[in-house]
Amino acid sequence: MYQHTRLTNNNFTFFQKFRNFDYILLICILLLGFISLATMYSTDGGKILFHTKSHFTKLMVFTMMMLFISFINIKFWFSIGYLSYIVVVSLLVWTYFFGITSSGSKRWMDLYFINLQPSELMKIFIILCLAKYFHRMKLENVNSVYTILTSLIIILLPMGLVIVQPDLGTSVLIAVSGIAVLWFAGINHKYFIYTMLGFVISLPFVIAFLKPYQKLRVLTFLNPDKDPLGAGYQIIQSKIAVGSGGIFGKGFLKGTQSYLEFLPEKHTDFIFTLFSEEFGFVGSVVLLVIYIIIIYRIIAIGANSRSYFAKLFCYGFGAAIFVFITINMSMVLGLLPIVGSPLPIMSYGGSSMLATMIGFGIVMSARVHSQQLIA
Amino acid sequence: MINSSSDNVKKLNSINRRMFITGSLKFFIMVGIVSRLFFLQVKENKKYLTLSDKNRIREWKLAPVRGEFHDYFGNVIAGNFEAYQLHVIPEQVENFKYVIYRLKDLLELSDSEFKKVLKRKKEIKPWETLIVSNNLSWDKFSKINNHLYDLNGVKPVISISRDYPFDENFTHIIGYVSQANEQDIENTELIKKNFVPGLKVGKIGLEKSFEEKLIGTNDIERYEVNAYGRRISQLEFQKGKKGQTLKLTVDTEIQKLANELLKDKAGSICVMDIFTGEVIAMHSSPSFDPNLFVFGISQDNWQIIRNDPMKPLLNKTLQGRYSPGSTLKPIVALSALENGIINTNFTVRCTGKTELYDQTYHCWKKEGHGYVSLRNAMKMSCDTYFYEIARKLGVDKLSETAKKFGLGKKVFDNLFEIEKDGLIPNTQWKKNALGKGWLLGETIITGIGQGYIQTTPIQLCLMTAQIANGGHKIYPKIVIDDKDKIKPSDYYTPLYKNSRNIKIIQDAMFGSTNEVMGTSYRSRIDNPKYQFAGKTGTAQVKKITERERELDLKTSEIPYEQRDHALYIAYGPYVNPRYALSIVVEHGGNGSTTAAPMAKRLFKLIIDRHEMRQSINQKKYLEI
Repeated sequence: MYQHTRLTNNNFTFFQKFRNFDYILLICILLLGFISLATMYSTDGGKILFHTKSHFTKLMVFTMMMLFISFINIKFWFSIGYLSYIVVVSLLVWTYFFGITSSGSKRWMDLYFINLQPSELMKIFIILCLAKYFHRMKLENVNSVYTILTSLIIILLPMGLVIVQPDLGTSVLIAVSGIAVLWFAGINHKYFIYTMLGFVISLPFVIAFLKPYQKLRVLTFLNPDKDPLGAGYQIIQSKIAVGSGGIFGKGFLKGTQSYLEFLPEKHTDFIFTLFSEEFGFVGSVVLLVIYIIIIYRIIAIGANSRSYFAKLFCYGFGAAIFVFITINMSMVLGLLPIVGSPLPIMSYGGSSMLATMIGFGIVMSARVHSQQLIA
Repeated sequence: MINSSSDNVKKLNSINRRMFITGSLKFFIMVGIVSRLFFLQVKENKKYLTLSDKNRIREWKLAPVRGEFHDYFGNVIAGNFEAYQLHVIPEQVENFKYVIYRLKDLLELSDSEFKKVLKRKKEIKPWETLIVSNNLSWDKFSKINNHLYDLNGVKPVISISRDYPFDENFTHIIGYVSQANEQDIENTELIKKNFVPGLKVGKIGLEKSFEEKLIGTNDIERYEVNAYGRRISQLEFQKGKKGQTLKLTVDTEIQKLANELLKDKAGSICVMDIFTGEVIAMHSSPSFDPNLFVFGISQDNWQIIRNDPMKPLLNKTLQGRYSPGSTLKPIVALSALENGIINTNFTVRCTGKTELYDQTYHCWKKEGHGYVSLRNAMKMSCDTYFYEIARKLGVDKLSETAKKFGLGKKVFDNLFEIEKDGLIPNTQWKKNALGKGWLLGETIITGIGQGYIQTTPIQLCLMTAQIANGGHKIYPKIVIDDKDKIKPSDYYTPLYKNSRNIKIIQDAMFGSTNEVMGTSYRSRIDNPKYQFAGKTGTAQVKKITERERELDLKTSEIPYEQRDHALYIAYGPYVNPRYALSIVVEHGGNGSTTAAPMAKRLFKLIIDRHEMRQSINQKKYLEI
């Protein structure tokens, strides 16, 4: 009875909300932020230069934003599910026409104070949108043709817009985020298996349609030593950096591979390589453990949420984060071909961090408002 | 309400089941990533650590310090000196244009030199060293040092380079060094191994032959570099080994005298120890200054050397093929004696010319020598006498003796790659080489060292030495080397059948120099300490026509290229001989007037320095 009254009374006080915070998650995120700052400091050659400063600012601003988001009722996030999706899709369309071209692809839009990469935001908002879509749906309707087609359109539309940028990596990650939600929403597992089979069978044809540079990446992945100074350079140097780190690493600021500029893209996609070189196997496992705790907390928050929307979002976001991490790590460790995919929070890049922090914020909001029911 | 709640329960069951599946999947993926990390960082750590070091550590080799050449008395004849150089690292210069123009003024660089520097600057990376000048005079070097405040990034450097203190004196023995080219690197493994830009290697002479001993090993600097090859910090400096110093058998004073004697002449002088085979002096004239080549010879200088009609680039001692002329007569006479064709009492009547096989053969003396015995024929160099014994002897027997005494065959084997064989003809050779039968007339002129026969000055010297030492085989050498301790098995084996025959020849050569009517009587030294025995030679460059014979022109009246070569071979002191020499003066006219007087001056110096040479030798043994 008491519970019932509490449920009907949705006016959480500020301090109550504060108490409901998931402090383990918060500490882990802050810890990750600190590690990423230190690593960024190392990429700047042990000096506080542009990347470190910029990363610090972004970290501060976006952490504040995350906290702010967590105080906003989960109901609000539910209510803007579709709207945010439509906004980001419009941004992608805008980018397609008016975006900034950099190194051969049109990914960014100029917001004067920041260059935004809408495709990164889509990784999160597609989860929000689909979570809302499946929130009220009856289980027996989930597998109806109409539902499946609608959800596929929701996924394929932004994917297409990102592929034309061109940015294969991000579009795959958007698809993975969306599919994760479909999976948790209860779409028949047969479809997943069939899709998987279909994908494997069509792989040769897909490769035939890839752009030459993408084909090169796949071939390089299969045999990086074929062209060690050209296409294979990144992955070879990355493996050398990680491998030479050893058990305890070369020590902070002592990663020769990155310090002497053998590592490519060390601020962004290959940040884990640098970290792994300097802190070794032990450091890498510690970092992995922090990520695992974060994912575990996200799932736990989902499990404890009363609303199906919050559950779906948390599970979906947790799975997406997991995939982002594993794809990035597999890539730098030579287990997957090189696709542009940042390591959440660690990698330099505002849009990626913004998206991740929004995700964390919504998860935190789900925690704070875990007892909130959404009609 | 019930419906919806039961649906909710179903939905929750579904999502939780799927969460469980996902969780298990995540677990396996994590295990995969951790094991990959383990594989790379723990198991394969060594491999990747090596690769990372390979990435970041680069070696820089510095030019090795080249071994020196010393003469017999330990004087440095090819050494190293500190060259004053000026290096600029363009990256470290704030205003390159200003600095380079300032340097142009200070160094008084010509426009073409300046352009070269600018061209080189374009070829190198900005952090690589640009050598503005590689051999500055002290004046300019100190001038630069005084202006250094104004020349940011300019580095005065002292670097070690080759130096030949005796200029042209030893060029034809030791040769010279110059920048290694692609061919040098390809042909010699050790050059490839030690190569650094600017490495100087031997191009000719002993510098080339002993490259592998002289070259030494590089100093090695290990630097940490970044991905673009820029040096970050020095990790190690490993000192290299200086190349081996080679001691030669030559005596600088005698070498210098040889050079002086042949000044403005083309020709060769070589002096040899008749017992050890040590070459005391070996000079080919004209020579050139090897120092010009060390930093690359200028086009002007090169053209001067190349176009000199006296051919300074030719090593006449080893490469020059001359008709031996009358200097062959000792061998012809010896061969005749050895083969029992004649004895000392054999006489021939010389009338100034002789008719053989429908041809007229002239003696150099138009009036003729009258009745001449072997000794007198040698002494006065009577051609008619030697026509006769050559005819009786035959070319095959003659060539056998000549070859035995070292003619027609490389003296130093493969020590000098330029050395020529010369040619001692015989019937078989002519058939093989020219496809024609031997003519008897050709035997006749071979008897006075004309015709097909060609010898190098060093061969004549060896021949003389082997006559002088009593007819024993020796092996000439110019480098005192450990290898020489192992003597060839036929060292000192007799080359004669009867040692008396050698004595006869020696006595005849004595007469030729020390008795009235001898061809080199005017060049004799009466003091027995210096007294020497020799044989003159005058080699015709072209056939003398009847008209020219009648004109009987003086040497100075004949065009240079048509003048006879003047030759002289000698050994001394006559009692207890020790040294033999051969002198060739190209187009020098007459052996007795041009070449023999040189021998007089040489023997004086050689014998004066003999004791000194011996004392060095003894000291050497004492040390052991």
